[in-house]
Amino acid sequence: MRWIRQRLLGVVAVLVLVYLFIPIAVVAVLSFNKPDGKYNISWNEFSIDAWTNLCGVPGVCASFMTSIRIGVISTIFATVLGTMIAFALVRYRFRGRSTTNLLIFLPMTTPEVVMGASLLALFLNLRFPLGETTIIIAHIMFTISFIVVTVKARLQGMDPRLEEAARDLYANPQATFRYVTFPLVAPGIAGAALLGFSLSFDDFIISFFNAGTVVTFPIYIWGAAQRGIPVQVNALATMVFLAAMVIVLTAQFVSYRKRKALQLPPKALEAALPRS
Amino acid sequence: MVALLPSTGVKPQVSPQKRSRTGYFLLLPGMTWLAIFFAIPFVTLFLTSLQAPVAGKSGQYVPAFQVSNYPDALIEYWPQFLKSFIYAGIATALALLIAYPLAYFIAFKAGRWRALMLVLVIAPSFASFLLRTYAWKTILADEGFITSFFNALHLLPDDRILNTSIAVIAGLTYNFLPFMILPLYAALEKVDPRLIEASNDLYASAFTTFRKVTWPLSLPGVVAGTLLTFIPATGDYINAELLGSTQDRMIGNVIQTNFIEFRDYPTASALSFVLMAVILVLVFTYIRRAGTEDLV
Repeated sequence: MRWIRQRLLGVVAVLVLVYLFIPIAVVAVLSFNKPDGKYNISWNEFSIDAWTNLCGVPGVCASFMTSIRIGVISTIFATVLGTMIAFALVRYRFRGRSTTNLLIFLPMTTPEVVMGASLLALFLNLRFPLGETTIIIAHIMFTISFIVVTVKARLQGMDPRLEEAARDLYANPQATFRYVTFPLVAPGIAGAALLGFSLSFDDFIISFFNAGTVVTFPIYIWGAAQRGIPVQVNALATMVFLAAMVIVLTAQFVSYRKRKALQLPPKALEAALPRS
Repeated sequence: MVALLPSTGVKPQVSPQKRSRTGYFLLLPGMTWLAIFFAIPFVTLFLTSLQAPVAGKSGQYVPAFQVSNYPDALIEYWPQFLKSFIYAGIATALALLIAYPLAYFIAFKAGRWRALMLVLVIAPSFASFLLRTYAWKTILADEGFITSFFNALHLLPDDRILNTSIAVIAGLTYNFLPFMILPLYAALEKVDPRLIEASNDLYASAFTTFRKVTWPLSLPGVVAGTLLTFIPATGDYINAELLGSTQDRMIGNVIQTNFIEFRDYPTASALSFVLMAVILVLVFTYIRRAGTEDLV
C-alpha cells in the first residue's frame, strides 16, 4: 500500500513537470509548421523555412535585438544596485531596515499593470518622452528586488567561518573580499543576473505601458497575435529557451562536478575550520 | 523566483554585523532608484486619479480634486473587478492543488534529482510568456483532444473551452504555477523528515500525519505561494485577452485600454489605485502571519 502511494506521488510529480512543458513543446513544434492561413495555431505541413530565414518577416529581428539590448543594459544596472543592497542587508546594521525590506518586497507583490500604469503616470506628468530609456528605467526598477533576494540568499547561505579563516590567516578586508567572499558569492550574482535578464527580456505588461513607439520582442508578439504570429517568432523563442537551458544545465553540472571533486567528507571540513 | 529557494548545504548563520557608513552607502543608489521609480509613481498615480478632464479636449486633464472619479470608475467596472478576484482565486486554489505534490516530492523524495527538478520548474519561464499563453489556443482548440474529451463527458456548459472563462482560469493556473511550487518547496524543505517519521511511528495514518504535521509546517510556503500566485493573476490581462472572450475581461484589461487606448488617465489611475489598495490589505493581513523576512 505504502509502495503504491509513494510511486503515485512520483507519477503525479512527473505529470506536473510534463504539464509545465506542454505549451513549450507546442511552441517548438509549431516553429516547424507551414501554417494554413495567417494563424499558426494548428499543424499543417512540415517546413524549416522559419529556421533558415529567421529574420524573414520585417520587424521580428529588430524587436528581438531591441529586447536583448534593453535586457543587457537593465540587467547590468540592476545587478550592481541589487548586489549592493543585498550586501548591506546581510552584512551591516542600519536604521530603517524594515522600510528597506518593505520597499524591496513590495515591487514583487505589486501587479505589473499597477507598476506600469503608475510609472506611466509619472512620465506623463513630468512630460518625459517615452522610449527605450523609459523601458530600461522600468526594468531596472522591477528586477532589483529579485536580484536582492537571490544574492541575499547566497550570502546568508555562506559559511561565515570561511571569512573568519581568511582573517585569521592575516588577510586584510580587501583581500578577504577579493579572494574569499566574492568568489563564493559570484555564482549567486551570476544566477541573479540571468534571472534579471530573463525577467526583462520577457516582460510585456510594464514595457507596453512605457514603450511609446519602441517595439520589444514581447510587444511585437502582442501586436502580431491579432493578425497572426509569424512562424519565425516561434523559432526565435525556441532558440532562446534552448540557450537558457544550456546555460542553466551547464552551471548545474559544473557545480555538481566541483562538489564531487572536492570529495571532502563534511566532518573533515568541520575540523579544518575554526570554531565560531 | 530562484531567490525563494533556500540555499542548500551549510546552515545559514548570522554573520557579525557591522554598523558603519558603508551600509548606507551600499543601500543608497538602489533604494533611491526604487523610491523615485516605484514609490513616487504611486503619488503621481493618486494625483492623476483625481484629475479632471479639460472641456472639449479628449485625452487632456488638469490637476484637480475630483474624488467622484473613484465611485464613477467602480460603478462602471465593478464586474471586471469581481471577475478578476474570482478568476485569480480559483486559479490560485488549483495551482496549490497541482503544486503541492510536486513540491512535496522534490523536498522529500527526489534525492539526487532535486536540483535538476528545480531547474525544470523554473525552465518554462525561459520561453516567452506570451507565446506559452498563445500555445494554449492550440491545446484547447475546439476540435482539439482536450475539448473533445470533456465534450464527450458533457462537462462543458458552452461545448467549448477556448474563449470562455475556463480557458482564462486554465491559462492563469498554468502561468503562475512556478510561483506556487518554489515557495512551497522552500517551506517543505525546511521540515525535518524525522517529524513525519515520528508521526508514523506513533501510528498516525498517512492522512493524519499530513493534516497534523506536514501541512501546518508548510503553511509559510502556502502563504507565500498563494500571495505570489494570486497577486500577479489578479492584475494579469494577457490570459483574458488571448484566451477569453470579451465577456471575460479582467480589471487589468480595463486599466490597460483606459490608459493606453482611451487615454482616460484618471479612470485608469483610480482603478489601479483601488486594485493596489485591495492587494496591500491582503498582503499585510498575510504578513502579520508570515513576517516579511520569510518572504524576502
